Amino acid sequence: MLLCVAFSAVLPLMTIVNYSVQDIISPTQKVFVGTEWFQSVLRDPELHAALLRQLLFCGCVLLIQLPLGMAVALAMPAQGWRASLALVLLALPLLVPWNVVGTVWQVFAREDIGLLGQLLLRAGIHYNYAAVARDAWLTVLLMDVWHWTPLVALLCYAGLRAIPEVYYHAAAVDGASRYAVFRYIQLPKLRGVLMIAVLLRLMDSFMIYTEPFVLTGGGPGNATTFLSQYLTQKAVGQFDLGPAAAFSLVYFLIILVMCFVLYGLLQQADGPAAAAGRRQAP
Amino acid sequence: MARIDFVDLAHRYGGSDTPWALQPLTMTWEEGGAYALLGPSGCGKTTLLKLVSGLLTPTRGRLLFDGRDVTALGPRARNIAQVFQFPVLYDTMSVFDNLAFPLRNRGWPEPDVRRRVQEVAELLELSGDLPLQARGLPADVQQRISLGRGLVRTDVAVVLLDEPLTVIDPHLKWLLRRKLKQVHAQLKVSLIYVTHDQVEALTFADLVVLMESGRVLQVGTPEALYAAPAHTFVGHFIGSPGMNLLPCELAEHGVRIGADTLRLDPPLLAAARRMLATTPAAACTLGFRPEAARLCAATDPDALAVPLVSVQPLGTHWLLRVSIGGHPAWVRAADGVVPAAGRVPLRLPSSALVLFVAGRRVAMPADPSAVA
Repeated sequence: MLLCVAFSAVLPLMTIVNYSVQDIISPTQKVFVGTEWFQSVLRDPELHAALLRQLLFCGCVLLIQLPLGMAVALAMPAQGWRASLALVLLALPLLVPWNVVGTVWQVFAREDIGLLGQLLLRAGIHYNYAAVARDAWLTVLLMDVWHWTPLVALLCYAGLRAIPEVYYHAAAVDGASRYAVFRYIQLPKLRGVLMIAVLLRLMDSFMIYTEPFVLTGGGPGNATTFLSQYLTQKAVGQFDLGPAAAFSLVYFLIILVMCFVLYGLLQQADGPAAAAGRRQAP
Repeated sequence: MARIDFVDLAHRYGGSDTPWALQPLTMTWEEGGAYALLGPSGCGKTTLLKLVSGLLTPTRGRLLFDGRDVTALGPRARNIAQVFQFPVLYDTMSVFDNLAFPLRNRGWPEPDVRRRVQEVAELLELSGDLPLQARGLPADVQQRISLGRGLVRTDVAVVLLDEPLTVIDPHLKWLLRRKLKQVHAQLKVSLIYVTHDQVEALTFADLVVLMESGRVLQVGTPEALYAAPAHTFVGHFIGSPGMNLLPCELAEHGVRIGADTLRLDPPLLAAARRMLATTPAAACTLGFRPEAARLCAATDPDALAVPLVSVQPLGTHWLLRVSIGGHPAWVRAADGVVPAAGRVPLRLPSSALVLFVAGRRVAMPADPSAVA
């Protein structure tokens, strides 16, 4: 067991740590450089720009997908064949592999042959993700929303179905408006699943790679070069193994910290109820 | 407050081939009354409650509040309040906001809301908890909050209580039930209390509506249900243990139970004969409460010597299992020496005997609680 963990996690990680403190000139020639790579990576303006883009992208993803997913879940029928149909339709995008999503949207948004591009052109809008940074950004964002909003919606849907019917009865008797039902019953009861949705979507969007890679390879310019894209360019494109290793360790640390923070919040969300359960137990 | 009329009201959950969950019912509940809906699980009491609250639309018939047809209206428009079996709280709100919620939703001015919430909180001993968040409070406090939300509005047509004391500890149950009676006396609000616990129903209600298999068997005061059950089921259901029910045949001066004979009052016997005349094949049943039988001296001319089967000591009294004409019956013995075995001399006062024909109680001509 320990051996498995060692081979799958510890050894690769140690290799990276090893790379990050050496200048590898050729497979036989290495120089120990200490924290030099870390310093240069942390001062790299391109990396700063990529990080900023990354954060902006993650923010947009959460801001669009969470409300949209919840709205979809609220609009879905609660039971019957319509509910089953809605669930199947909703789950379809989740089954499509990342690179296929990229390819589909790449074609879909093309001005010459793509349906979306054609329609926009007919409407008098020139849409060119290969040349215009804004259009590339929009396309990547749209792709992600199409691909992953269903996940948020499914989580919310499951959460909504778990709310006992009696709460709605009580609200009806108390004369609550539709908004009050949402604000005081549905939203508080969805807190747990929403935190999970935030965690999943934030981590996942923070590591986005395939879609922008397939669409424009991070372009036009650096417009859609996010962290993982930048890392790959460094490691595979330029063979700067040292800086790339240092960078991946930093990347890893960022994700680890985010995980911890979100996990803490998640625990807190369950906290009061769990505490109440403990109080009632004896 | 409102008078509630059920006009041929009935409900079934499926199509016309499914049995009635509530059989057609015509009845009136007076304004300001404390009613208890009592019956075993699945007897239709919750269905009846849902029909009153508007969570269900009846398959047939109409429902009137103060003469106004509300059959098609939802819970909000019917202006009712309801307390559920388990605490239903708005988790993120404070106790105060929870109690104020139904008032604020109906646009009460804030000073009135504050005054009214304080009143109700005082009544339910929640004053100290008002600023706390509702989530995380102990279950009995949560249920008192739910009760408070049911009682906070002064203008409701009726307050429905659906087994509201299920989650409450037994010693607090007494307290809360007394509180509810107080509230009823103070506010004169119509209360409908659903329960399967006869003690709860009998101590709480002015009138108990006893149901079984979707039918209302009897509506009456707790005393009437106890002394004059309209139906063998009512006799058996009320009391612990319930009424002894013994199959019998009419004899010249009374009834015959197996080899034993009991004398009956002539008017009762005559009434039974009249009932039997219309349904000749119907079975007769004799009923008496375990508490009504008396142990007596063996020399008593009316004594019935019956074999003793077993004795159960219950602290304050004994329960004797005896056999009358081959049928088992419970007898309560409060005093005297309890014999260990053999035959016990028993006296059954004729005033305590109830006779049923085809399950229905034989009523004296002048008895107002009789069912036709």
